[in-house]
Amino acid sequence: MRLSYPPNIKIIQVPCTGKVDVLYLLKSFQRGADGVYVAGCMEGDCHYLTGNLRARKRVEFTKKILDEIGIGGERLEMYNMSAAQGPRFVEIAKEMTERIKKLGPNPIKRVASAALEYSATPEKKECVV
Amino acid sequence: MIIGKGKPIKNILAMIENCSKIIVAGCRGCVTVCSAGGEKEVGILSAALSLARETDGKPIEIKEVTLERQCDPEYLETIRSFVDEYEAVVSIACGAGVQFMAEKFRKIPMYPGIDTNFIGVTETQGVWTERCQACGDCKLHITGGICPISRCAKSLLNGPCGGSSKGKCEVNPEVDCGWQLIYDRLKELGKLDQLEIIIPINDWSTGRDGGPRKIIREDLTL
Repeated sequence: MRLSYPPNIKIIQVPCTGKVDVLYLLKSFQRGADGVYVAGCMEGDCHYLTGNLRARKRVEFTKKILDEIGIGGERLEMYNMSAAQGPRFVEIAKEMTERIKKLGPNPIKRVASAALEYSATPEKKECVV
Repeated sequence: MIIGKGKPIKNILAMIENCSKIIVAGCRGCVTVCSAGGEKEVGILSAALSLARETDGKPIEIKEVTLERQCDPEYLETIRSFVDEYEAVVSIACGAGVQFMAEKFRKIPMYPGIDTNFIGVTETQGVWTERCQACGDCKLHITGGICPISRCAKSLLNGPCGGSSKGKCEVNPEVDCGWQLIYDRLKELGKLDQLEIIIPINDWSTGRDGGPRKIIREDLTL
């Protein structure tokens, strides 16, 4: 298909989104990710039955923490798509990139940049598949 | 086990507002099992506190430790060598753990990172309910293994009140009537005659009303 998606996305592979933990998501933001989205299989299609459903719950839980600490839960999202949905993958990658661009860089970088003058480097996003 | 629940992060941030170097201390006992204060929760809370402080432009150094138990002195000793290097400890053990830490480490403030709620059980994963109020005078042998002190909103000892309706308590329609549970259980056991046992007025001196409690086992003391 050779579809292209925004180059700012870093993909971190996991065996199943059920492996994605609250701590992984928080650590991504600690390491400077501007946004994170979890790309799980379609609901009902999980090879391990409920991995993607668990991931969604953890994402929702983490969103609340991010809201509480001033990072913003909207920087984190859960999507479901199948391995056969290349165009949908691209669509989501673009959608999320646009959303994060509007929100600006991760607030921890904004603070650090007060001294270093944050240069307009392309924002880094992480995507867990 | 003792069941607890994490405090809102903003409350903990307020406690450590003036600190730049803290310890977040978990406990591998009850609070690990109820996912409130184990090693994993230490990691999550530390990450959240650190992110929040970085966002505010006031980074904080956090040391993560998880003790075997915070309610036994020998395990507290494992952090004595470095605890004074920090400005505060946020303990996510139960209230007993936080207090014992405060007793043993006098120079450093201890802050609670969780609220300690009750003695209870894991009904299903992620769902905990209360079973015991530590009244110090167990009556479960009379009441079919169901505690009237903790399961009845009024802690009635002899049968339900008029607020029992269709097996539910008037306090909250989602709460089972403790005495309905006792009746059903005794019926299952074929021991309904036990309902005729009159439990006398309770002596609450063995409970909290008698002040802080203490147990001494002479055979075990050194």
